[in-house]
Amino acid sequence: METMNVQSVTPNDMPWKIRYDASRCTLCGSCVAACSFRAIECKVERRRMVFSETELPEPKQRFSAVPVIRQVKSIKHYCRGCGICEKVCPNEAIRPERNIDTRHPVLIRCLHGEAIKRGGRKNLEAVMRTLDKIRVARISQMTDPSLDAQRHSFDLLAPFGRILPPKKLPMGVTPEGLLEVNRQTPPVRWVYPVIIGDMSIGALSWRMWEAVAMATAYLNEECGLPVRMCSGEGGVPVRLLKSKYLKYMILQIASGHFGWNRIAKAMPHMIEDPAGILIKIGQGAKPGDGGLLMAAKVAEHIQAIRGVPKADLLSPPNHQGLYSIEESVQKMFLSFNAAFKFRVPVAIKVAASATSVSVFNNLVRDPYNIVGGFFLDGIDGGTGAAHEVSLDHTGHPIVSKLRDCYLAAVAQGRQGQIPLWAAGGLGKTGDLAADAFKMICLGANGVFTGKLILQMAGCVGNEMGRCNACNTGMCPVGITTQEPALVHRLDVERVAQNIVNYFLAMDQELKKLMAPIGNSSLPVGRADALAAIDRGVAEKLQIQYVC
Amino acid sequence: MCRIGAIKSRNFVHPSQALLLMQSQQKGHDNSGFAMVMHDLGGIFAHHKHLPTLSMACTDEGLKLAEDMLHAAGFQRVLQWVPETNPQPGLDINAMPNYVFETFDYPKYFKSATQQEKENLLLDMRLKLRAALEKDEQGFVYSFWPDVATLKEIGDPRDIGTYFNLHEPDGKFTARVITAQCRQNTNYDIVRYAAHPFFLQGYTALANGENTFYLKNVEFQRKLHPGYIGFESDSQCFLYTLHYVHRELGWPLSYYKHVITPLPFEELEQRDDRETLLAIRQSLAHLEINGPNTIIGVLPDSTLFTCCDAKKLRPIVIGRTEDTVVFSSEVCGINEVLPDRDWECDIYPNEREIVTVGNELEVQRWKQ
Ligand code: SF4
Ligand code: SF4
Repeated sequence: METMNVQSVTPNDMPWKIRYDASRCTLCGSCVAACSFRAIECKVERRRMVFSETELPEPKQRFSAVPVIRQVKSIKHYCRGCGICEKVCPNEAIRPERNIDTRHPVLIRCLHGEAIKRGGRKNLEAVMRTLDKIRVARISQMTDPSLDAQRHSFDLLAPFGRILPPKKLPMGVTPEGLLEVNRQTPPVRWVYPVIIGDMSIGALSWRMWEAVAMATAYLNEECGLPVRMCSGEGGVPVRLLKSKYLKYMILQIASGHFGWNRIAKAMPHMIEDPAGILIKIGQGAKPGDGGLLMAAKVAEHIQAIRGVPKADLLSPPNHQGLYSIEESVQKMFLSFNAAFKFRVPVAIKVAASATSVSVFNNLVRDPYNIVGGFFLDGIDGGTGAAHEVSLDHTGHPIVSKLRDCYLAAVAQGRQGQIPLWAAGGLGKTGDLAADAFKMICLGANGVFTGKLILQMAGCVGNEMGRCNACNTGMCPVGITTQEPALVHRLDVERVAQNIVNYFLAMDQELKKLMAPIGNSSLPVGRADALAAIDRGVAEKLQIQYVC
Repeated sequence: MCRIGAIKSRNFVHPSQALLLMQSQQKGHDNSGFAMVMHDLGGIFAHHKHLPTLSMACTDEGLKLAEDMLHAAGFQRVLQWVPETNPQPGLDINAMPNYVFETFDYPKYFKSATQQEKENLLLDMRLKLRAALEKDEQGFVYSFWPDVATLKEIGDPRDIGTYFNLHEPDGKFTARVITAQCRQNTNYDIVRYAAHPFFLQGYTALANGENTFYLKNVEFQRKLHPGYIGFESDSQCFLYTLHYVHRELGWPLSYYKHVITPLPFEELEQRDDRETLLAIRQSLAHLEINGPNTIIGVLPDSTLFTCCDAKKLRPIVIGRTEDTVVFSSEVCGINEVLPDRDWECDIYPNEREIVTVGNELEVQRWKQ
């Protein structure tokens, strides 16, 4: 018997256990080859077999060496439950099983002595979401008839850009009795109310990023949906910067300023203006943290786009030299507005927090009217990499915070002047149309989404600790990795097609939600169309309670 | 459903015509009230057209309170008319003890004030009176404006007519423009203030329909102007937007339509004036209306107009003769008032136009 060492790691300490059926396994090796985390391996086991060759039993025993698949007993190469082995196994011989007795969170801290990092999303609780406690309850019937989602036309667009209060519009009446705008007004773009959230080339594989960009272009050019995609921090391929498709891209700048060297250099060669600029101050999944790209993912092309060596890339938690909102307004916004000659709207993205309303108030009251959008990101948003403790415990749910900001605008009669865009766990159930619609009724002009786009591409991660290994560079489906072998698992055309189809379906569903409340344009702030089945939710959001 | 109507004539018209217009449409409304606003007054008010007339329904205490406040503010009464009432038993009317129409001269120190200052004073005074009389329902102050009289009551329009002797035409109580509506508010509480037409600083609006962007409108309008109060009915929003666009922003009336029912983005993009229209749509997004409705409005210069929602889900017909134009939800109302007109000249406005009638009864149709 071997000496027992209670400290050694066994599969039972891991979050997932591999269930393997040797009788079905043909030892093809597909699973071992496919497991990007190297969590399973081929092994040889010594087996004893008892047999008898005579008429009367005369038991004998034989020992033989049998090849099997086994879970690796390593804290580094642990199973993420991604299920790729199961997917590739032709005989249903192997699958991961959630281990409720896992000691992993303790073990990993004990062994490494440093904070756990991972990607994905918050994995803490799986309670019923606020949005699922809200119904679209005000149905038009009788005197105010519903519309027909198929027959009527709907204006499904949302503003991106600073909107002037009516009395500030530089308009005069001509002698012919016509109104005329006589000075330049801040640029405003009317775009689809769902923006593809900011995921950088670097966090995503180049094929994934390309697929999203392709889907965006297709949705615009072929489907007539003016969907915009935000680049994320980390730059944009120069070819795209110089192409006509730049008009569908919102360029992001975050505290690391990664990629901006190239963008600035490409400016004289741009044949189109970008759709907008998004200055990222914070992110819902890890508020207070800067961006994080592990060295494992800093492949050659990433080094080129960002102009960096192969190393962990950390964006500081703060924009350097930015110590107040006023300063951010004056410096960053003015410089970006000026860079594109005040033709391109500049918006800000912040993590939802107890202080969001103050931040919003400061921006909405700024006399220069230059902040063209308030992108508010809630705790349930996703990320490529973060400290687990940030992911699980810091941040603020999006629903009430968005509502607070809208009501703050209402209290000042400034609703709509800085368009509100919300994100953070929207579409978690797979149904983004319903979530987006409810957020719009609560006061959002539109929503943005990232994680769901990955899910459309085949991401197998979920809120219950499945996969979430986006930080490792080992994404088993080629989405968040720069490893060529893994990246090639991703079928670019299929992913683009999935995204396009999802948007088309969602577009129909949004109309299906607008029709029964009798609205042909987006019901921004129409909280009277909603009701909550939970008193607390109703009270907090100031909507009616029903039961 | 509401039924709305309006009469504009070269001659002074008695409210009996408005009752006639509305009663033939009674199957379409619920006979729960009658309300009208008269512009460009004749009869006993004809000599004081430039002085403000207070239209109010109140208790005795309410009347005293209001008059005391007006006197304290320096207003001097120059004319009082209390309509003779006919309180027969069995009438379906929820009458107030007093109905008062009083014309006042401006306070002395306002004699040389600008028009704007006077108009603000009148609004201010009306809001103060309204607030003071709100307690225990001591009174309802409908309008306080030169050349305008308002009457609103809860009950059966026919009985209301009988009570105020409105079925019998006379030369005392007349106007060149009368807008009327025969229903109390059923969506919200039945209160006198909820009955259209609504009036503010020379502007009148009444509507047949619903405004599903009511909450959006209300939340925005509350902060726009101190006169935008009440919101007892979703149709008040139509009046406040009219007032805001035409008076506060000083935009031509045609842009009212662009505010309440903006062109779809696709159509807007094709227009030469897209920059202007987009700026309007953006900045006034919260004044957009949705839902089925037809609006009738009167401007301070007595121009009468109508427009509909963008999908034309509520009807309106315009019939006319040499000296009278009638707007009505149903053509049967016009048939009663103008039986001999050429019905082939009737206008059925579409969802993208505003039809206006000027003081020479010239009809203009503006396409959005
Ligand atoms: S579930 Fe994923 S991580 Fe686990 S063994 Fe299978 S392929 Fe590897
Ligand atoms: S499948 Fe890829 S993108 Fe999805 S959670 Fe796993 S590592 Fe992240």
